[in-house]
Amino acid sequence: MAADILVYAEHKNGSVKRPSLEAATAARRLAAALGGKVSAVVAGPGASDAAGALAKYGVSRVLTLDVDPHDANALAVSLADLVGKSSPAAVILSHGTRGRDIGPRLAGALGLPLASDCTALEVDGGAIVARRPEFAGKAIATVSSPGATMLATLRPNAVPAEEAPVETATEACPVVAPSHGLGAVLKEVLEAAEKKIELSEAGVVVSGGRGLKGPENWHLVEELASALGAATGASRAVCDAGWRPHTEQVGQTGKTVAPQLYVAIGISGAIQHLAGMRTSRYIVAINKDPEAPIFKVADYGIVGDAFEVVPRLTEAVKAAKAHA
Amino acid sequence: MKIVVCVKRVPATDTRIKIGADGKSIDTAQVEWIISPYDEFAVECALRLKDADASTQVTVLSLGPPETTKELRTCLAMGADDAILLKDPLAGTRDATTTAKLLADAVSPLAPDLVLLGKQAVDRDQGQVGLLLASRLGLPCVTEIKAFGLADGQAKVERAGEEGTTESYQVALPAVLTCTKGLNEPRYANLKGIMAAKKKPIDERDVQPGDDGLVTRALELPPGRNAGKIVGEGADAVPELVRLLQQEAKVL
Repeated sequence: MAADILVYAEHKNGSVKRPSLEAATAARRLAAALGGKVSAVVAGPGASDAAGALAKYGVSRVLTLDVDPHDANALAVSLADLVGKSSPAAVILSHGTRGRDIGPRLAGALGLPLASDCTALEVDGGAIVARRPEFAGKAIATVSSPGATMLATLRPNAVPAEEAPVETATEACPVVAPSHGLGAVLKEVLEAAEKKIELSEAGVVVSGGRGLKGPENWHLVEELASALGAATGASRAVCDAGWRPHTEQVGQTGKTVAPQLYVAIGISGAIQHLAGMRTSRYIVAINKDPEAPIFKVADYGIVGDAFEVVPRLTEAVKAAKAHA
Repeated sequence: MKIVVCVKRVPATDTRIKIGADGKSIDTAQVEWIISPYDEFAVECALRLKDADASTQVTVLSLGPPETTKELRTCLAMGADDAILLKDPLAGTRDATTTAKLLADAVSPLAPDLVLLGKQAVDRDQGQVGLLLASRLGLPCVTEIKAFGLADGQAKVERAGEEGTTESYQVALPAVLTCTKGLNEPRYANLKGIMAAKKKPIDERDVQPGDDGLVTRALELPPGRNAGKIVGEGADAVPELVRLLQQEAKVL
């Protein structure tokens, strides 16, 4: 049906990941505008446990797929088969680690274009159009696809997940084996030393820059992040200097983040950094230099020494949370 | 071993973007151009394999405007053997499908053991070309690699997984790999390399891109942020900041 929307929903042990609930929300709005319904494909062990959560977010049909969610190639082949048979108006994946890997494979298998890393999806004159940042967010493109099915990956935190409960039915989705594939084999997954909140999906991010003077002072960032329940980020200068891993870099050539709250500590705000965090809902900047460009995008600024301000802020946040 | 590295000419990352007169692309006047930073990691990855085995042939391939010979010359100066330029004045605005098709047509007859690219070009940020190229060539592909090794004719690569994990893959060659930051530190061309590059061949070809799949209807600057306020100076401003975060922003 050319009015229905298909979502690929990621989960962990049956618990649906928030970016996938955001994709379901975007899908529900498109389906409502087109007069269709939302289906979701859930892969791997525990898939059927995801149905309840998806129903709460407007998914009326859950298709469980018996494929390893780590195998992007196999997933894309089965998804392509499903899309070929059902011709949905759009297929939406989250633009996370998995979706970035599956989306283009699906596009390749179907021979359809993919609008990646979208921040909005809407119906305009009967056609689905996507808004997507380009040049690291320094420009926003409006794109559309001439094909019958629009493929899109949705940036985490761009569309807030919104509940809209419906009745849902669960059925098994046919598995199609890839004709070729086993060229790249996942050998092992090395666990992180400590569980980290995914930076690009975090609701709150605390980032540090050169103003922290050295890696030995990074605990200031981590303590505030811990009090706020935030992921930690860093400026490019700090990553290039080897204080922090590149996976924590925020900005162009790093990660783009759009949390509810972004706290920049000792970051001056180079254009490449601002590009990666300027769509955050609220930005707090703490910097010694009142002329630092970061203050031009910050909602709230404190001009001062991070070594004095941050410990006090951490204590105040802890106290505020304790009273909440 | 035969390696093809795909690179793209893009605006420097400190470019202030202005929208062009067509309202669909950027104004390229006064833009400084660079090799997309992720592509530099791909070039360096290939050159390290050549350092280890001098018989390795490294070809750099780009879909770009005629001026891209400058960026290709830089890759040759770094140590690549030869270059192919698929001339397309509108390369910067092409969608990933078109780009991948044109690159695949050029890569296929070379039958390389390895195709390396950046994980995305920092202009349109589509992050698709590597996978689409692999799909067209029928080759395995691992994206966003941050570590690379070669053993027994197979590549062993690592990429960041979810929640801080690292995924380790073994990849049969030929294969397509896309590179991210952390993989290596790209070298600078030295004077000897720059002199040698002048004699290395750049095969310039005309291409017929056809229509893009994804249509850009408009390109706009992002909405500006309203000027915020300086809450105060020093640690004494903390209570007021916390009050604002709780009562005005409601994020605490």
